[in-house]
Amino acid sequence: MHRVAWGGVPLYKPGVTDLYAALLPVILLSLAVSGTATVLASLIGLPLGAALAMFRVPGRRVWVLLANALLGLPPVVVGLALYVTLSRAGPFGATGLLYTPAAMGVAQFLLALPVVVALAHRGAARVWGLYGDELRSDGAGRGRALGVVLAIGRAEMLTAVLAGFGRTMSEVGAILIVGGNIAAHTRTMTTSIVLETSRGNLGLALLLGVVLVGISLVVNAAAFWLTQRRDNL
Amino acid sequence: MIRILVILLLWTAPAWAEAPFITLASTTSTEQSGLFGHLLPAFTAATGIEVRVIAVGTGQALKIGQNGDADVLLVHDRAAELRFVAEGWGVGRRDVMYNDFILVGPRTDPAHIGGGHDAVAAFQAIAAAQTPFISRGDDSGTHAAERRFWRLAGIEPAGDWYRAIGGGMGAALNMAAATGATTLADRGTWLNFNNRQDLVVLVAGDRRLFNPYGVMLVNPARHKSVKAELGQRFIDWLISPAGQDAVSGYRIGGEQLFFPDVDVP
Repeated sequence: MHRVAWGGVPLYKPGVTDLYAALLPVILLSLAVSGTATVLASLIGLPLGAALAMFRVPGRRVWVLLANALLGLPPVVVGLALYVTLSRAGPFGATGLLYTPAAMGVAQFLLALPVVVALAHRGAARVWGLYGDELRSDGAGRGRALGVVLAIGRAEMLTAVLAGFGRTMSEVGAILIVGGNIAAHTRTMTTSIVLETSRGNLGLALLLGVVLVGISLVVNAAAFWLTQRRDNL
Repeated sequence: MIRILVILLLWTAPAWAEAPFITLASTTSTEQSGLFGHLLPAFTAATGIEVRVIAVGTGQALKIGQNGDADVLLVHDRAAELRFVAEGWGVGRRDVMYNDFILVGPRTDPAHIGGGHDAVAAFQAIAAAQTPFISRGDDSGTHAAERRFWRLAGIEPAGDWYRAIGGGMGAALNMAAATGATTLADRGTWLNFNNRQDLVVLVAGDRRLFNPYGVMLVNPARHKSVKAELGQRFIDWLISPAGQDAVSGYRIGGEQLFFPDVDVP
């Protein structure tokens, strides 16, 4: 039922309820896609980044260098590469994933992963430098050592996760290409801002931007409040 | 990586249980003019088929069709469309509707083209006065029309005054508004555009400014993934009296944006 409201004409002169009804699914989709991408990138990126700081992984310098270099990976390049891959004419065309939220999730996962790995590596390196000898003389296995380092360095790990989330929430280049900005299906906060700007609805576009910044503030504040509380226990 | 894909697949699984849908690659002009917001709910109500619109320039829309990533195309570059069909990428092309292009520029009208009805003369005047001109530069239908006018005017536009931005119609209008430049726009996008500032319609009404839209199915023989039956139902509806009524019923401020273009026998 929200479809008509967002895809329809009168969005630039909306009543408050219309605007809310149109915005809510867009906001939820943004959070769902970016949230999923960030969670998956964190599940893989945090242990991976920490392991690169702690253990003799083959070619670890190269991996760390790569993660840091990919911090500046342009979203539009990721989107394009993924488009070529997922297009019906491409190798994974049969999956039918192009122009779906799942494709956007994959794109954002690829963007978030280097951020999480690079920052987790940096944080874990500091913790490992402080407690590594102790853990080793304790005879801690690799798995336990990894868990301890992630726990001690949880503030850094949180920063890594939040940076990854910020990267996914703010990008538009990749999801515009692999999502297609389809009304009520793959339209997110950032692609809405692009669309409304091109419709000349600058006020609405700006309003969406403010909401986006607001969400980012709330998420960050909540995350820091949670860790603070845990530290005080 | 596989595991991630599986999780993402599972996560989107509910979306697959949805109503049947087709993917329509179309132009920024149809999307940004608000036509689809008016048209598609009527089609979905009549048939239960959802239409997912990818709004890009006509050139890119044809490319998307060629790659098999859309089922139906609704675009406006007749020469390119006929080529597309001749090369076997599209089938069953039909005229759907038309509107017109207009030259939009600052109220001050530095090239003195305001009120004219000869588009080619206007393009010549703009080049002679070297007043800023924004070109879409994105292989869209509007860009193809603009290039046609330069050809007719016998001018190869180049220089500081000629800015090819590689963006959509809205982006071109925003830039024209911000820099006091002239640009070629489709009337639909113009009527729905809300950041006009000093921009006014300078030239309209030349027969050569005719802007026809065509619809076609991506050739299912080339791409098995094409939803031929659902797509054909959309095309049939669009050229039916119900579809054509919906096209002519879309108005902004009382002004009709698109005109039916099907010869009803």
